Amino acid sequence: MQVSMTVNGQQRTDEVEPRTLLAHHLRDNLGLTATNIGCDSTSCGACTVIVDGLTVKSCTVLALQAEGSEVTTLEGLSTDGELHPVQAAFRSEHGLQCGFCTSGMVMAAVGVLADNPNPTDREVREGLEGNLCRCTGYHNIVQAVLKAAESGPAAGQVPSSKQEVSA
Amino acid sequence: MSILGTRVVRTEDPLFLTRGAVYTDDLTDERLAGALHATFVRSTVAHGTVTEVDASAAREAPGVVAVYTAADLGDLQPVPPPLPFLDAGFARPWLVPVGGRVHFVGDLLAVVLTEERYQGEDAAEAVVVDIDPLPAVIGTAASATDETVLFPEVGTNKVAAFGEPAPEDFFADCEVVVTRAIANQRVAAAPLETRAASAAWGEDGRVTIWCTNQGAQQAQGQIAGWLGLDPALVHLVTPDVGGGFGAKIGADQEYAFVAWLAKQAERPVRWTESRSENMTGMLQGRAQDQVITIGGDRDGTVKAYSLVVQQDCGAYPRIGTVLPTLTMLMAAAVYDIPKVHAQATCYATNGTSIGAYRGAGRPEATAAAERAMDLFAAEIGMDPADVRRKNFIAPFTQPFTTASGATYDSGDYAAALDRVLEAAGYADLRAEQARRRERGDVRQLGIGVSAYVEITGADSGHGTSENAELEVHPDGTATVLTGTSPHGQGHATTWAMLASEQLGIPVEKITVLHGDTDRIPDGGGTMGSRSLQQGGAAVHQAAVELVEVARKRAAELLEANPDDLEVDLVNAGLSVKGTPGVGMTWAQLAADEQLIVQTTFTANAPTFPFGAHVAVVETDVESGKAVVTRLITVDDAGTIINPLLAEGQRHGGIAQGVGQALLEEILYDEDGNPQTSTFADYPFVSATELPSFELVEMATPTPMNPLGAKGIGEAGTIGSTPAVQSAVVDSVAHLGVRHVDMPATSMRVWRAIREAQKGSTN
Amino acid sequence: MIPAPFEYVRVSTVDEAVAALAEHGEDAKILAGGHSLLPIMKLRLAVPSVLIDISGVQELSYVRVDGDGVAIGAGTRHFELESSEVAQAEVPLLPHVASRVGDPQVRHKGTLGGTVAHCDPASDLPTALLALGATVVVQGPAGRRSIPITEFFLGFFETAMEEGELVVELRVPRTGAGGWGYEKFTRRENDWPIVAAAAVHLPDGSVGVALANMGGVVLKASAVEAALAEGKTIEEAAELAAEGTSPSSDMHADAEYRSHLARLLTKRALKVAAGETGASTAESTAA
Repeated sequence: MQVSMTVNGQQRTDEVEPRTLLAHHLRDNLGLTATNIGCDSTSCGACTVIVDGLTVKSCTVLALQAEGSEVTTLEGLSTDGELHPVQAAFRSEHGLQCGFCTSGMVMAAVGVLADNPNPTDREVREGLEGNLCRCTGYHNIVQAVLKAAESGPAAGQVPSSKQEVSA
Repeated sequence: MSILGTRVVRTEDPLFLTRGAVYTDDLTDERLAGALHATFVRSTVAHGTVTEVDASAAREAPGVVAVYTAADLGDLQPVPPPLPFLDAGFARPWLVPVGGRVHFVGDLLAVVLTEERYQGEDAAEAVVVDIDPLPAVIGTAASATDETVLFPEVGTNKVAAFGEPAPEDFFADCEVVVTRAIANQRVAAAPLETRAASAAWGEDGRVTIWCTNQGAQQAQGQIAGWLGLDPALVHLVTPDVGGGFGAKIGADQEYAFVAWLAKQAERPVRWTESRSENMTGMLQGRAQDQVITIGGDRDGTVKAYSLVVQQDCGAYPRIGTVLPTLTMLMAAAVYDIPKVHAQATCYATNGTSIGAYRGAGRPEATAAAERAMDLFAAEIGMDPADVRRKNFIAPFTQPFTTASGATYDSGDYAAALDRVLEAAGYADLRAEQARRRERGDVRQLGIGVSAYVEITGADSGHGTSENAELEVHPDGTATVLTGTSPHGQGHATTWAMLASEQLGIPVEKITVLHGDTDRIPDGGGTMGSRSLQQGGAAVHQAAVELVEVARKRAAELLEANPDDLEVDLVNAGLSVKGTPGVGMTWAQLAADEQLIVQTTFTANAPTFPFGAHVAVVETDVESGKAVVTRLITVDDAGTIINPLLAEGQRHGGIAQGVGQALLEEILYDEDGNPQTSTFADYPFVSATELPSFELVEMATPTPMNPLGAKGIGEAGTIGSTPAVQSAVVDSVAHLGVRHVDMPATSMRVWRAIREAQKGSTN
Repeated sequence: MIPAPFEYVRVSTVDEAVAALAEHGEDAKILAGGHSLLPIMKLRLAVPSVLIDISGVQELSYVRVDGDGVAIGAGTRHFELESSEVAQAEVPLLPHVASRVGDPQVRHKGTLGGTVAHCDPASDLPTALLALGATVVVQGPAGRRSIPITEFFLGFFETAMEEGELVVELRVPRTGAGGWGYEKFTRRENDWPIVAAAAVHLPDGSVGVALANMGGVVLKASAVEAALAEGKTIEEAAELAAEGTSPSSDMHADAEYRSHLARLLTKRALKVAAGETGASTAESTAA
């Protein structure tokens, strides 16, 4: 079946199976391999992307369910080579080690900040309860999100079509 | 100003954060174009005799190019057991044949090659498998009886034994003796990236294998050996790796299988396992049943300590079999106990094979010693911190050999404990605890104290040495080749810092490469916290040597005396003393002739980082649920080259310790069916179970390498696991509880309270 | 990891959904948020041959006051319910429980109708709906019908829906300022509950109490409700929480511990609902 969506600002129409997961569509069909698959029980969140302003786990969304949607992946977060505040904060605070959870973690963090621009430590942790990391112990991830929050509302937005990420 | 010791953000990150790292499943190398996808068919029975593996329907499934069962393996030779002393009968077949036995849920029965990824699972389902179940052996106690012998050719489930029983009168001179059976439970390594491998054969008869691993050179050697290939024909490349924690040390047979399949199919083959496969197929950690006995006098002096270990090796014995020798070596821990006894016996079971997992044998030693200290303290009514202080090895800067036979390099355990207690506000915590106990609050405070020492840089197959190559290019950039194998530790940044320190070339202009056996034929990989103290030291040494090579060359070119040349970090070169405008940059010196050094650094011996942790928990005594509210740590790993990265290693280690102490356990039912094979069932610690950590600084350099650095990667786990377990027990000690096994789940705590209140000995 | 193959149909009205269900028969399943269905399809525990995607059916997404009740469209997603001002004012138990389901990403997709139709004995919202004495409105070839929630959950993943029906609306009473409490006991914050207890003061003066994961379906703590109606204290009533339940023993907890938790959590939920404890529900047992 055909599916059309806008991914990181680019219109795409592709042929997929009904059962093609959005995560595989992004990775295998569109070559956007930053989004990773870390589990098969919708637990780890490594596959988190933003669809129509909402963070979702792309391993539990059919590509067909994103028909007509605006999808943003990690690759679409920076503008003209300039890092998104969340990306910049993850770097400055050492919020990643092996990097496998990072794509989903960054996207989920953007979602947390969209919902709550000035979260507490606890609120950040609860906002990221759907994202697992084995390397960092989460300490610096939380620091990174708090740091990103300092840069204002841009931390909770995605650039591809200047859409606001809603709660 | 020295760059060492400063918080340099990682050079890896810009790519990781924008395009994403390139893991094995992400590869788009042209050599993999048109690759087939491999999907394994695995046993869903833990122990049984295979009566049928029928691939006929699967061969007709859409997109299937081939299906292999044990009958189709042609020239593939059996793989001998991985350790030389293991009975040959413990060998793992490539695929279990009809008439053979499966030994764990996840054992390999067949493999399917399909054109597309999604077709693989469909086809694998179509393979008809029939297995006659046999009684499953779960846990060491059941295995030790030999009631069900798992490998009839071997005749016993006992795989290995180390040490002797303690003499009868070992505790004869002790006023107080406490003994307890405790568990250091089986856990999953659970890196976020599962195992994956891809292979492509070239026209030149060589195979290129990409796989996620912790040391390309070791993996290359193993795969070549298993396939009967000249290692020169195997080009192994390590892409970015999404975590390893010990479970990706060396190759797994699946990786070699992928290479073999590519040869048969005459097309490249790719394989990525699912998480469920990973939770049964990947090596797991710990799995020791221990009996600890501690004896001493009422004044707190410990006189004798015994640790008896039963190690669960899992289905096919692998590296887990020898980890208890490290446990035994470190049994004395940080204590100056006159008599220390350790003994271990290893058993095969119907669980997943056991391998290395963050700490690999040493957390088990520390957890046992710390539990023993706490039990002793409770028995004599002494504060656990005081008991420890009374028995610490006194501060030392010269090598100290313990009663377990380990020779530590440097340590000041009392200072570590004092620092962490002060940072934690120990006295205030005890006061608060007392207040809550007085009031009978529902939420009680628990304070757990641990002290630890661990061995890093031990010989894990590459001695205590590592290689480095350093070249400066005519354009002023530099390239480092290292034999280590980072998977999150940030070696690219730290090794660049070490080179930059000597040469003045900015970190951003230094590229660090690893993991390609064609470029780096010899290397020890990254495990056992060896990398900085051996690999980093090698980079440092290479840089120092390169300066000398450059100095001689510059002296000739400038017709100057080499002693008159000094390093000019600002200009990244050498300049004539007293005449700053006159000199040559490294780039210039590389213009006509390669400016390159290859070196090997050999450390004298392993090193022994140490520390002390305080964990604070709040336990709801009505439900038994404990929550970690604070985690304060001292982790002394000698000189810190990049504090930002060192803290990250501590954080990650601490979190895994909390996970084991409170939440995680791999469980089987009585038939050997895994109960925790997804991330929904396996309680992998998430951000909401952890506080932010309070790290205290302490750095006692080691004389074992010029950097003064010890390993830090595993220390956090070794310290935090017992601290958290101890805190949970402490939180309900006033109710009569002396021990709760890990994971200290709410149910276990609740039950322990009930039993203590009923008056039964706990 | 990958679902077995299936056909996919997208509909934009409820009538189209009903027609599609009729056309494709019993091997067709409704796909709304997909966060109950797709996970079990990926593990191949469910293998429907047709998925009918109703996520685009706008008419199923609403939260509104309707007489003495609140009507919630089955397509309303958990995050929408969580932030609905109408729900917060009229039936605050529900948006709170919606905020406790899974994690933010799951809440962006999961729907109220979906979780009700899925009928997992360990799910949060069905427990709250049961305590509220909700009504489930379904629609099928024979038209719409209302099913009291006490008659809706029949067994393990089995509801009272007939073939060809789908959930279209949930109706709950307007509890307004009436007290409520939700005690969810987990190992990690975003896990399914080991046990959960919901308690709510209803407009008719009674107290509704329901339990998650104490049997093959979410259960009403009828003995507790009856005791409260008789004038027993919270402590006395909560002691009966495990009556009529059949908790399982699994890797998280055994039956004895679950029964203990049922009593403990019921007591705590009732106390919060009665305003007897200052702590909010989220604090008492969560990390």
